[in-house]
Formats: sequence, C-alpha cells, structure tokens
Amino acid sequence: MSDKTTITLTVNGVPRTIACVPRKTLADALREDCRLTGTHVGCEHGVCGACTVMVNGAPVRSCLMFAVQAEGAEVRTVEGLAPEGGLSVLQQAFIDHHALQCGFCTPGFLMLITGALQKDPDMSDEELTEVLSSNLCRCTGYRNIVRAALAAAPAIRASVRETAA
Amino acid sequence: MQDHSLPRLPQDHNHPPRRSAYIGRAVTRLEDRPLVLGAGRFVGDMDVPHQLWARVVRSAHAVGRIAGIDTSAARAMPGVAAVWTAEDLGNLPHIPFRATKIEGLDPYTQPCLAKDRVRYVGEPVAIVFAEDPYLAEDAAEAVFAEIDEDMAPILDARAEPGEFAPGHSSAPLTLTKGYGDVDAAFAGAAHVVELDLAIGRHSGIPMETRGALAAWDHGRERLDLWGATKRPHWNRDRLAEMFGLSPSQVALHEPHVGGGFGIRGELYPEDILVCLAAMRLGRPVKWVEDRREHMMAANQSREQQHLIRAAVDAEGRLLAIDETLHHDQGAYVRTHGARVADMSIGLLLGPYRVPAYAARAHFRLTAKTPAATYRAPSRFESTFVRERLMDAIATRTGLDPLDLRRRNFIASSEMPFDRHMTALESDVILDSGDYEGLLGKAAEFCGLDALRAEAAERRAKGECVGVGLGYFVEKSGLGPSELVRLTVHPDGGIEIVTGAASLGQGMETAVAQIAADTLGADYQACRVIHGDTDRISHGWGAHASRVTVMTGEATRRAAETVRAKACEMAASLLDCTPDAINIDGGIATCRTSDASVTLAEIAAALDPVSPKRGDRDPGLAAEAWYHNKHMNYPYGAHVALVIIDRDTGHVRLDRYWITYDVGRAINPAMIEGQIVGGLAQGLGGALLEEFRFDDQGQPLSVTFADYLMPTSAEMPDCRVQILQDAPSPLNPLGIKGSGEAGVTGAGAAIACAIDDALQRPGLVTRLPVTPQYLRARIAEYDAARAGDAI
Repeated sequence: MSDKTTITLTVNGVPRTIACVPRKTLADALREDCRLTGTHVGCEHGVCGACTVMVNGAPVRSCLMFAVQAEGAEVRTVEGLAPEGGLSVLQQAFIDHHALQCGFCTPGFLMLITGALQKDPDMSDEELTEVLSSNLCRCTGYRNIVRAALAAAPAIRASVRETAA
Repeated sequence: MQDHSLPRLPQDHNHPPRRSAYIGRAVTRLEDRPLVLGAGRFVGDMDVPHQLWARVVRSAHAVGRIAGIDTSAARAMPGVAAVWTAEDLGNLPHIPFRATKIEGLDPYTQPCLAKDRVRYVGEPVAIVFAEDPYLAEDAAEAVFAEIDEDMAPILDARAEPGEFAPGHSSAPLTLTKGYGDVDAAFAGAAHVVELDLAIGRHSGIPMETRGALAAWDHGRERLDLWGATKRPHWNRDRLAEMFGLSPSQVALHEPHVGGGFGIRGELYPEDILVCLAAMRLGRPVKWVEDRREHMMAANQSREQQHLIRAAVDAEGRLLAIDETLHHDQGAYVRTHGARVADMSIGLLLGPYRVPAYAARAHFRLTAKTPAATYRAPSRFESTFVRERLMDAIATRTGLDPLDLRRRNFIASSEMPFDRHMTALESDVILDSGDYEGLLGKAAEFCGLDALRAEAAERRAKGECVGVGLGYFVEKSGLGPSELVRLTVHPDGGIEIVTGAASLGQGMETAVAQIAADTLGADYQACRVIHGDTDRISHGWGAHASRVTVMTGEATRRAAETVRAKACEMAASLLDCTPDAINIDGGIATCRTSDASVTLAEIAAALDPVSPKRGDRDPGLAAEAWYHNKHMNYPYGAHVALVIIDRDTGHVRLDRYWITYDVGRAINPAMIEGQIVGGLAQGLGGALLEEFRFDDQGQPLSVTFADYLMPTSAEMPDCRVQILQDAPSPLNPLGIKGSGEAGVTGAGAAIACAIDDALQRPGLVTRLPVTPQYLRARIAEYDAARAGDAI
C-alpha cells in the first residue's frame, strides 16, 4: 500500500512525472505532488464537484479517480484556464456577474462549464443550465453562476469550434 | 449587466457625478481575481516544512461509558508520531463560552477529547499525529475505543430529562422572557389560536470543511494558527488563556475561507488539539476535516419545538402571545451557550405589536452533535412559527392575511420601539422601519393579486399551485466595537486594516467602497487586511450581519480623518486653503486654481523625512473606533409560488420574490448575492435538509447523498427588491446588514404556499417539508377533519 508508483502525465500542457502511492486520488496528487491547489476537495465522494478537472478533454471528479489512472493523460486544471497574465472569458464573466462569493466551489464550476462545452460545443443553453446542477455551491444560490455561464458560452463555443476546425 | 432595483439619483449637470461615488454602486469584487485563477489560499492549501498531520478518532456510539481505548496498534505503526486520549491532555480546559453564558452551564461544556463518557456519534475520543494524511487515517482506524452503552440515548428535547453526568440533569435551564398580563389577555380574548410546530436539525455546511494549521516557535515562544476564522481575536485570547501564554505570544491568521454561515471559525476541540500538539511535539501540525466528519462534528442548528398560543380580539388584533420552546442543544454546550434559545424567544415577535408576552425556552441536552448558530439563527425558526401563527389567526378570524398583518404591525411613527426585552445580551429596540409600507411594495413587486388569481385558476384546472408570504424582522450590526486603521501609502495604495473577518461575503469590497467614497479615491486602490491578529490590536470578527455596519462605519470615520489631513497638506502644496480642496478619483484639486496633486504625492509629502511635512504628524493615516450598544433591525418579506406533485408529495419552488429594506445599500449586486444565496439555504431548510438520527442516535445524514442540499435545479426564478426607506439612525450612513435576509423568511413563505396549494390551512407544522412528511401529513390532516365531521 505504501509502495510508490511513478506516473507520467501532462498537466496544463506541462509534462510531469510524479511518484505516489496507488491509493492516492488524482485530486490529492494534483494538490500535493503538482502543488496545484486550485483544485479543491469538498466532499471526497463525488457529489459536490469542487474537484472537477478535465481529463483528456472531459470534465471528471478528481476525487473519484486515482492518480495512477491518469497515467499518460492530458489533465487541465483551473490554473490552466487563463491566458498568460489575463483571464479566460469565463473567469471574467464570473467576476462581472458576481458568480462567486467564498470562491471555494468556483474552480470546479469553471472546469465543469469549460469541460462540458469543450466536449459538446453544440450544447444548448438549456442543456448547459442543466449541467450546472452537477456541482454544489453554498454561497450564491446559483443564479449568477447560470448568468455567467450563459454569458460566456458563445465565446467558449466559438473558441472550441475554431480549435477543432 | 444586471438589473438592480435601486432608484437612480437625479443627475445634476452643473456638478458632474463624483468618480469616487462608490456607495450604492454594483461594482465588481476585489476578492474575485485570485479565486477564479485558482490562486486562493485556503488553509488546506497551506503547508509548513516538517509538519505532521492530525486525524481525529471519533466515537461510533451516541452514548456510553468509555471502558478503554486501545492505541497500541496505532502507536506501533510506522510514521505515527503520537496518539493521544483524554488522559494525555492533563488539565486542558473545556471549550469556553463566547456568547450567552448563563450560570449553571459550565458542567455541560465539551472537553477536547471525551473523558469517561461519550455523548454523541462523532465526538473526538483520540487524536493521531502522523507523517502524512493517509498514514494518519490508517492509524486512526487502528485505535479501538471500547464503549459500554449503559443507557438509552435521549433524542427528543421534549422527552423526560435524564442524566448528563452525575448530579447534572439533561435539562439544565429554562429561560424566560415576557411582559404584561398574559393571563388577563387570554381570559378576555375573542379567539385563542394554538399551534404545535417544529423545525428540523440542519446546518451551514460550507463547501470548504474546517481545517487548522498550527506552528510553535520554540525559540521565541510564539504560536501561530491558520484556519480558526470568524472571531480571530477572541479565539487568540482564549487559546492564550488555555495554554498560559500572553495574547502577544499567539497569532491567528485568516487565509481564504470557503464559507462560514455562523458555524465555521468558532473555537472547536480540533483547533485546540492542533495547537497543543504543535507546542508539545515541536513540529507544525495540520488538520483538515473530511466531509463525513463535518456532518457529525461541526455545529448543527435549528432543531426546536414550539408550542405557541395567541390571544386575539374580535378585530384580529393580538392581545398576547404565550410560547413554550424546547431547544435541542445536542450533547454539549459549546461557545454559544444558550444563545439560540435565548434569541428565539427574545426576537420571536418580529414586526408585530404584542401587548403581553410570556415565553419559556427549555434548553435540553440530547445525544446529538452539539448545536449553535447557523445563518439567521433563531429567526428562521421563529419567523416560521410566528408567521404560521398569523396565518392561523387569519384563517380563524376570516381576515385577509395581509390585512391581519397590517392591523398588527408596529407603525413607523412608533419607532424606535423598545421591546423591553433582550437578545444577544442587548436591549431589543427596533430602530427604524415602515413595515406596512414594505408589505405594500412586496405585494406590488410580485403582483400578489394576479399571482393569487393565477394560482386559483391553475388549481381549478387540477394543478396544485399555491402562493405564500412570510414577513420578518432581521437584526444586524451587532457591536460592541470595531477599530480600523487606514493608511495611504506614498505609491497611492490604500491599506485598510480591520479586526473583522471575511468568510467569503465580499467584505473587502464593501469596506473599500466606503473608504474610497469617503476619501475620494479609487476603490481598486484599496487593500483590506482582515482576520490577522498581528496586524491590529482588537477585532470582533464576522458574524451577526455586523461587518458592513461596524467596520463600515469605523472605516468611514478613519477615511474622514485622512481626508481632512489630505486636504490640509494639499492646500499647503497648492498654496490655497483646505476648504478649496476637492478630492476625487485619488486627485486633490484646488477649486480656484485647478492645480492638483495626487493622494500619492500628498502621502509622500507627509513621509517622516519629507521636508514638506513641516510640524505635521508623519503619514497620511488615521485610526478610528466605532462603538455601538444596539443592534439595528432590517426587515423584509418573502413571497413563494410553489407547485406540488400530489402523487409524490414533491414540492417545487417555481417563482420567488424577496423585498428587503437594508437602510442603505453599499453594493446592490453583493446584497442581491447575499439574499439569493441565503434563499438557497432557506429553501434547503424548508424542503430538503435534515440531520436525521436512528433510535440509537446513529446519524443517518453524513454524506451529500443523504443530506440533500439545493442544486441549481432546485432554485426558483428569484427576484429581489432592495429598499432604502428606513435607514438606521444608529450610524451616519444608515446601513443595516443583509447577510441573513435570504434565509429568514423562507420557511414561513414556503409553508404558507404549500397550505395554499393544497387548500389545507394550517397543514404544514414542521420543516423540512419532505415528500414523505407531506404525504403523511396530508393523510393525518384529512383524517382529523373527517373525524371532526363525524
């Protein structure tokens, strides 16, 4: 149980090699071994979604995945969202629409929205709104998160389509 | 971007609007940038070299005698530095009282580790310290506590009291409040209405669980603690007392905090144990709670049973209220003493004139996780109870529920209105309010008549749709004091240091808006430092919707002083008189010559070694205190439209309107954010959330699969109307707090709407209204009516 395994993965475009015990969750490995603490752990049983990251282009709960399962994967975390020195359209929309208060759940929502649209840029606004019920927020009552997501969605869709084309 | 309901001030074209007019503007928050970048620094994100990890071993039994705790296997595991039980703690004091300390409660305080007996599932019985968190958890599982379940757990506050400890009953006290001749009022009443109501046990559940990181500097004999937020100075002073240190040897630091809601940041056993371990083991110690622990260890709240009676005259006027409350405190009395029970009866009357009142609160210990305050403590409960009562009186007298309320409101001409009672250790004096005016605006805002007609029409077509209203009075701006130090640095940066705390509510932005508006600066130039006992001598933290009122007013005062200093120095630099200086947008301009200097240049001129300073005190800075003996009382109304599925008993909140008078709005977008966020918690308490226990006291709600919190799918279309009709006379800006308004009226309004949808007046007598409860309650209600008919 305590023998460490070497794992090679790409996090936010940077190749990483880390050594961790097989039972270590991806969330803990990102936070402790990669020192990327923007991914938060809120429940450790896959309900709250605060730990949502993108693995190979799709949003996943990193508390429900072992780090060893991410061998060879492309992982994107909240730290990888913003362009150098700036903010992504979605991050700016969260600020403009007061879509966060304590900010603990925010990285999970940002990755959920980005990941959902990345996976399916043709998703309708109604479908996107429904996706938002996957994660929990205790401060905002969600209204402003929905507003921010819908405001940023056209730009994210356009960017995903452009990259694909 | 967003619609905000505040009226715009008329434009004066001779005087263009001030650039620094930030009060009342929905500006974006200063807090947000690091949080959206994932650069927040929560306590779980922090590490100190050579730290150990703590893991608490918790009781699996709700009640019993500790026959023995075997720690040998855990101690022998590699990577384990220490394992402690109560015996290892020596004379470590119990968790102290912070609020509403009442004679006789001391024997009921919680030890940091259970001694002799366990009293709830989740009670700390041992603690393990190890090299990494996974090892600590393994070792904790190897600790075996043998518990002899020698008695049945008490799980109902109305049950026959038992023994807490030898010589100490589980019913330590009954609080009473009241005035006037209640018996005479009941004897002469045209109607007597009686209700038996209950509220379930639920809590704040911040998305970040609790955490603590302590480090002891052996050489300098200094203790640092990160994570115990909300009341940093009070926590520092108590930790110093417990460890026999001077407060100058203890420092608390507030990192980012993932929500508080009243339950996070009080002094808990884990905070004390982590500090003690850092001192004894000579290594920093970190502890982060997991979610399952949180659901059985952090403060719970709300569970009360109310037997309430009203004496009413023939016209529907209240003559007297008689209230008997049973408060389920859980297994120990923690920092809050009897505060919630005390407030429940002290603030029960809300907006109504009640000529005579008698209330008794039975404070009972049970075998559950201890209780304390959760956002809108006692007001969520008592608003449900009082508004249920008003609805029942309306039904009995045949009056329209709004007319009945109008008939009983305290008039604005009667303000300030002294209740001649206390709550939160202060006299309850309603400072300002136009209750009738707000009711009218609330009805207009939601189009109440049309809404009722719509619901009736839909019911006629077979749908189950109803409308409900709940009216409430909140309280905010709890004193006693707050201190602010405001400094303009020579680079133009403005630093505001306060002893208040941030739990994610946006206080940095609100304080910056007040500072910048008063001083004539850019709010984005402000940096608000909070929650750090090393940076300011005194502070009262973040609770009771107090920060914008208390820190806000202290900030305004400090900014006034700094502005006067800046005007005087600028006048000297610009060769004019101070009253000719106007400061706006960070620039001081002479009105006559149009010459100007920046605040940065003024601050540089006041540098200690600046030749321009002359004999002036160095620095462009000021400190200001604000002392306040009385709370202020914002108020509002919730209106709910619900749709019920008759087959399943599922209640869907479809549309929702909240009208709230905040006195003076500093940032309407943040106030709306507080209110809509509060509603999510209010709706949780009204429909979904409950800590349930089986008959052995085993908690049944320890995951998010069992304890249901609202997601975006449960949230209704919600509209908020912010009023500024009744500024508080207790502070110059007229500010009242807004942290709790979204929660307070939710139980009342939703219960009323459910009654209406099902056309069964008085149906809802308990929260939360789960599908199971609703189906059972309809059957019970109909059976009772059928029995009456026979």
